[in-house]
Amino acid sequence: MPSIELKNIRQYICRNVNLKIQDRELLVLLGPNGAGKTTLVNIIAGLTEYEGSVLFDGVAVDKLPPSKRGVGYLFQDLLLFPHLDVAANIAYGLRTQKQPQEQVEARINGLLQMMRIKHLASRYPKHLSGGEKQRVALARALAPSPRVLLLDEPLSSLDVPTTKYLRTELKQLQQRLGITTVYVTHDLQEAEEMADRIAVLQDGHLEQVGKPEEVFFYPRNERVSDFIGAPNILDCDYCRSLGRGVMEVGCGGLVIIVPHDGNLVKRIAIFPHDIHISETRPPGPAVNRFKGTITSLNSTQEAVSIELKAGAKNLIARMPHHIFEDMNLAAGKEVFVILKLRRIRVYEDKD
Amino acid sequence: MLKKLRPGWGILPVAIFLAIWELVARLNLIPGHFFFPPFSVVVQELYHLAANGVLGNNFLASLVRVLIGFSAGSIAGIAVGIVMGWRENFNKALHPIISLFYPIPALGWLPLLMLWIGINELLPIAIIFICSFFPVLYNTATGIRSVDKDYIRVARTLGASDTRILATVAIPLALPNIFTGLRLEAGMAWRVIIAAEMVAIPTGIGALLMKAESLIRIDIIIVCLIVLAVMCLAFEKFFQYMEARLTNRWR
Repeated sequence: MPSIELKNIRQYICRNVNLKIQDRELLVLLGPNGAGKTTLVNIIAGLTEYEGSVLFDGVAVDKLPPSKRGVGYLFQDLLLFPHLDVAANIAYGLRTQKQPQEQVEARINGLLQMMRIKHLASRYPKHLSGGEKQRVALARALAPSPRVLLLDEPLSSLDVPTTKYLRTELKQLQQRLGITTVYVTHDLQEAEEMADRIAVLQDGHLEQVGKPEEVFFYPRNERVSDFIGAPNILDCDYCRSLGRGVMEVGCGGLVIIVPHDGNLVKRIAIFPHDIHISETRPPGPAVNRFKGTITSLNSTQEAVSIELKAGAKNLIARMPHHIFEDMNLAAGKEVFVILKLRRIRVYEDKD
Repeated sequence: MLKKLRPGWGILPVAIFLAIWELVARLNLIPGHFFFPPFSVVVQELYHLAANGVLGNNFLASLVRVLIGFSAGSIAGIAVGIVMGWRENFNKALHPIISLFYPIPALGWLPLLMLWIGINELLPIAIIFICSFFPVLYNTATGIRSVDKDYIRVARTLGASDTRILATVAIPLALPNIFTGLRLEAGMAWRVIIAAEMVAIPTGIGALLMKAESLIRIDIIIVCLIVLAVMCLAFEKFFQYMEARLTNRWR
């Protein structure tokens, strides 16, 4: 399986994209709608015109039409051929390769078995459920043994439980086949679960490429940070284990308890909506609870952002309008700040 | 869809209609019994005409013309339609011309063709050809053009060549449209052949119709109309059935 390299890719949507995808890697292209994710995948497949160069294993494939590039492409809408049954859909790419009939049939059988859709072989797409269509489309894309697999929001049309299940399955399959894969999504959680590395794309620009936790804990700029939900990220001054999977970290004078077992914690992150604010001292143990001062209030359509100073750290909390209106918050007021224990994410020291 | 094709209860209204017809004619409810023969008399005449071969010969003459003209016209229409639907350049070049020819009713060609071809077997065949060619072409081209381009992109990434994509994706997906054209024109061919035979050609059901008119044989006229109705229906149903056979599995 080849590595993929994009060199100075330019097009009316993509602006000078340079990206190297390793052999056997699953790279997630992450970005909001309209960022150019699908366009970039189409460029790799050869379905769109572009300037610059696409290299598979160091060899430029720019002159090759899509039919000769050896890519398996799972389209967002799946696009199973409605006039062919499941087996014929899967066979479509094999029949173009002029293989002997027995070989084609053996391959189809193997794929039907691998995707666990053997019982669907003679059904037509209109009689398949969303998850079944998904499997058939994937089997069809994999059938001609492509060198590269391109998955464009493959799970976006499915309900949540099916999605979760298929995600795991897809990842296992990708690892077993060892096929270089580009996976497009706009869902951060999906990206973190699937990716070996994430490439954040915005307005046709590659903003950041890195391991999921690198992108999350070290967003390179505000655009990336905003896209991943603008979490509060705090550097830890010290860290010590309290045993039983709990650690105590110190961040700018705040002593924070985090659920974590393993290496020492370097950074922690918490989303603004996971920080609670109370005017009165809340009952219960004083864990992850601090006194803070409101420095400013920012109202947007969905919620109110509250900037706070707690210890030496600046935090941003967010709450819905109806809760904000029940409280009496103003800049300069002293409040209690509670960090939801289970919502704190940690970045551990790798060494 | 297949179920609808079975006659079933459709027979009953027809039977009631025939019974009323018979009754009205027998009871002389309409003045001038001579101009309104009862159904049984028409059936007798049908048997009589069939037995002495007049109906058979004329029917066969019309049938052969329709079959040849219609097959040639629709095969040509499908072929040109596929090229026009598949290659944008051909479409750009041919569409304006076809748009001009399409609205001309098939019978409008009759005077011109009578002078060009003369009155022989080729004349009705040419008329039927024109009658089926343009609509079938139109429907085929539209069908091919309206195939979702994304299916074509999928086939490309699966390694298929253009010709293969046309044969295995575009044409099968255009079949419903193609059949719509065929179905409509199969019935239309019969309507046109009768008209052409009434005006210009001395053999066939249409010619028999005109002869019956000049002899004031209402019963024969009605026999001819029944044959015409049955053939129109049979041809349309045949293509409806073929369409269902070929596309119902996946549509």
